[in-house]
Amino acid sequence: MQISGAQMVIEALIAEEVEVVFGYPGGAIMNVYDEIYKQRSFQHILTRHEQAAIHAAEGYSKASGRVGVAMITSGPGFTNAVTGLADAYMDSIPLVVISGQVPMSLIGTDAFQEIDAVGISRPCTKHNYLVTDAADLPRVLKEAFYLARTGRPGPIHVDIPKDVTAQIATFDYSKEVELETYKPTVKGNARQIKKAIEAIANAKRPLFYLGGGVINANAAESVRELCHLTQIPAVETFMARGTLRYDDPLLISMLGMHGSYAANMAMSETDMVIALGARFDDRVTGKLSEFAKNAQIIHVDIDPASISKLVNAHFPIVGDVKNVVEAMIPLAKEQINPARYESWLATIANFNKLHPLAYKEEGDRLKPQWVIERIGQLLGDKANISTDVGQHQMWSAQFYPFTRPRQWISSGGLGTMGFGFPAALGVKRADRERISINVTGDGSILMNIQELMTAVEYRLPVINVILNNNFLGMVRQWQTMFYDKRHSSTDLSMQPDFVKLAESFGGVGYRVSTKEEFDAALKDAIEKNVVAIIDVAVNRFENVLPMVPAGGSLFNMMLEYKEK
Amino acid sequence: MDQERRVISVIVMNEASVLSRISGLFSGRGYNIESLTVAPIPDSKYSRITIVTAGSVRVIEQITKQLHKLIPVLKVYEHADLVEKEMAMVKIPMSESLSDIEALAHAYNGRIVNVGSDTLIAMVADEPMRVTHFLEAIKRFHPKEIVRSGSVALER
Repeated sequence: MQISGAQMVIEALIAEEVEVVFGYPGGAIMNVYDEIYKQRSFQHILTRHEQAAIHAAEGYSKASGRVGVAMITSGPGFTNAVTGLADAYMDSIPLVVISGQVPMSLIGTDAFQEIDAVGISRPCTKHNYLVTDAADLPRVLKEAFYLARTGRPGPIHVDIPKDVTAQIATFDYSKEVELETYKPTVKGNARQIKKAIEAIANAKRPLFYLGGGVINANAAESVRELCHLTQIPAVETFMARGTLRYDDPLLISMLGMHGSYAANMAMSETDMVIALGARFDDRVTGKLSEFAKNAQIIHVDIDPASISKLVNAHFPIVGDVKNVVEAMIPLAKEQINPARYESWLATIANFNKLHPLAYKEEGDRLKPQWVIERIGQLLGDKANISTDVGQHQMWSAQFYPFTRPRQWISSGGLGTMGFGFPAALGVKRADRERISINVTGDGSILMNIQELMTAVEYRLPVINVILNNNFLGMVRQWQTMFYDKRHSSTDLSMQPDFVKLAESFGGVGYRVSTKEEFDAALKDAIEKNVVAIIDVAVNRFENVLPMVPAGGSLFNMMLEYKEK
Repeated sequence: MDQERRVISVIVMNEASVLSRISGLFSGRGYNIESLTVAPIPDSKYSRITIVTAGSVRVIEQITKQLHKLIPVLKVYEHADLVEKEMAMVKIPMSESLSDIEALAHAYNGRIVNVGSDTLIAMVADEPMRVTHFLEAIKRFHPKEIVRSGSVALER
C-alpha cells in the first residue's frame, strides 16, 4: 500500500487498536492532524496544554492497562510534553508519543519551532526515534508500541519531520517486530525460584514488599493468591496501592516516608523480604544501611538494572512478576506451612494496635483525612482515585479504602504537580462506568486548570476535590518542621474563586466547609454529571504523619509533631 | 569504596544517536568516562565502543546493566583478562634530535611517522600505562602537541 507518512501514522494506530489519542496540533504535525480529521476509527481529545495530553494518556493507560497515545507538534509543543514523558518514564507507564518536527532540510538551522526533540527526550523515555524516511515509519511505529508495553513498560517518543509525513512510501504493518538487541526476560529462572521458596519456608518473619510492577504486570490476582495461601503479610509501596484489598488482614499498609508505623516496623523486623516489582526507592527505604537490616532479600523484577541497584539481593529473579508468582504458587503450596507465621502476624497486629494510621478530629475546619475517608465510605470501589502531588496525595494513599489494582492513579516517581486532573480525564475515558475523582490541593489544581475546558467539551465529568489549606502544604510542613517555620513562598492566601472558575468553563463548583456540605456537594456533583470542583476548606496546619524524615531510618518515625 | 579501573566493551547497532545514548547514560547517572573509542565493526551492522571507566564493584555492575538496558545495545563485555592498547601522536620541533626521538618511540612500539620542515610527528601504540610513560619521557623534546586515542581492548 503506497500512502503518505501521515496516513501511515493513522493506519498504525488503527492496527494497534488505539481508541483514543490525546493531543494538540501545530505546524509541524499538521499533515497528521489532517488525516485524523478524515478518519472515524479513533477519538482525538484536544487537551488545552501538551503536558495535559501526556498526563491524560498516562491516566488512560494506568486505568485501562493499554498503551496510551499522545500527539504534539514540534518545538514548544514538544517541550511542554517533556514533563509528561519524564513522569511516565519514572512510573513505567507504556505510552507512544508522536511529535512533529521541522522538515528534514531545516533540521539543524534553528528553524521556527525547531528543537532537538530526541536529544531532550533521550534521558526521559525508554527509547526514542527520529524518523528520516517514511519507509521506516511502519517498522518504527510497530517497534514503538512493542517496546512501550513489553519488558519494563515505558514511554516511547517518535519524532517525525513534516516532509516525512508528506512523503509517499510502502506501508506494510504485518511484519513481526524483531529486535535482536532487545529480549526482555519474562520467565523467571526455575532453580532460583525454587531456592527462594525454600528460603521463605525457612524464614520466621517473611514479608511481601509489593511495588508498582505488580500492577503493571497485571499480577495482583496471583499475588493475592500467593499471600493468602502462605499467610505471609504484605506491605505496599505508594505505587502498589490496591494490589491487596484495604480490608485484607494480611495487608499491613503502605510503607516508607509516610507509611504506617506497622508497615515500617514490619520491614525493620522481617528476616525475609520478598520484593515483587518494587525498586527500593529512597522514599521507601529511608536510610539504606538500616533498611531491612536483618533480612535476606528476594527480588523479583522485569528490569535487571533494578535488582541490587540500591540493596543487595540474595535471591535475584529477573522476570515478569505475574509469571514468577504463578511459578511460585505450586511450590509454595507444597513447602510453606502457613501456620508457621502466626506469632509474626501477632507481632504485626500489635504494631498496628500501638500506632494505627489515624488523625484527630479537632478545631473548626474539616480534617483533610476525613474528606478522603468520607469519599471512600460514600464511593469505595465505585470510584477511581487520581491525585496531584503533596499532602493530599499522601493522605489519599494512607486513608482511601482501595479494593482493586488500577483504582489508584498518582505520580509517584517524578512527583508532578498538575498530573491529577488531566490523568483523571484519561481515567474517565478508560473507565466510564466509574466515578473519576481527582483529589488535589489548592497549589496543584492550578497547574493544569485549563483542562476544565477539555472535560466539558468531551463530557468527562471528573470531580476535583481540592483539600484547600491555603498553603503549598507539603513544603509548608517541611518548613515548619525543618526550617524553623520560615514559610517561604508557600502561603497561598491569594486564590481564585474556584466555584466561579468551574462555572465559567461550564462545570459546577461548590465551596464546602462542613461535613454535611461535603456530602451534599459530592452527591450533587455526581448527579450533575459534569466536571466539578469541590473546594473544601480544611485545617490549614495539618501535617502528614507518621513521617520518616528524609534520610532517617524506617523504625525511627515521627509519630506526632508538636509545634515548638 | 574502592575505585577500580575497568574496561567495558559495548557492541551496539551502528545507527544515529547511539553514541549520545551511551555518553548520556554516563553523564546522566554520574558515571565517569576516562576514555571512549568507537568504530564500526567491519562487514556488520554493529559498532564497538570501548569505554575505560572507574567505580566501585556495585557501580560497575550498574553501568553494565544500564548499558544492557539501552535498546540498541547488543552485548556488554566487562573485561577481566584482556589485551589493551592505546596510541598517541606527538608533534616535536625539528630542532630536536631525530635519532633520540626515533629510539624512544621504538621502545614503545612506535616510530617517526612524518617529517615536515618545522616539526615531526612520532607515534606509539602500547598499553595505556606505557603510553603514559612515553609521554613523560618525550617531554624533554619539547612537544608542541600531543594526542591520545583512548583504549581499545580484546579479551584474551
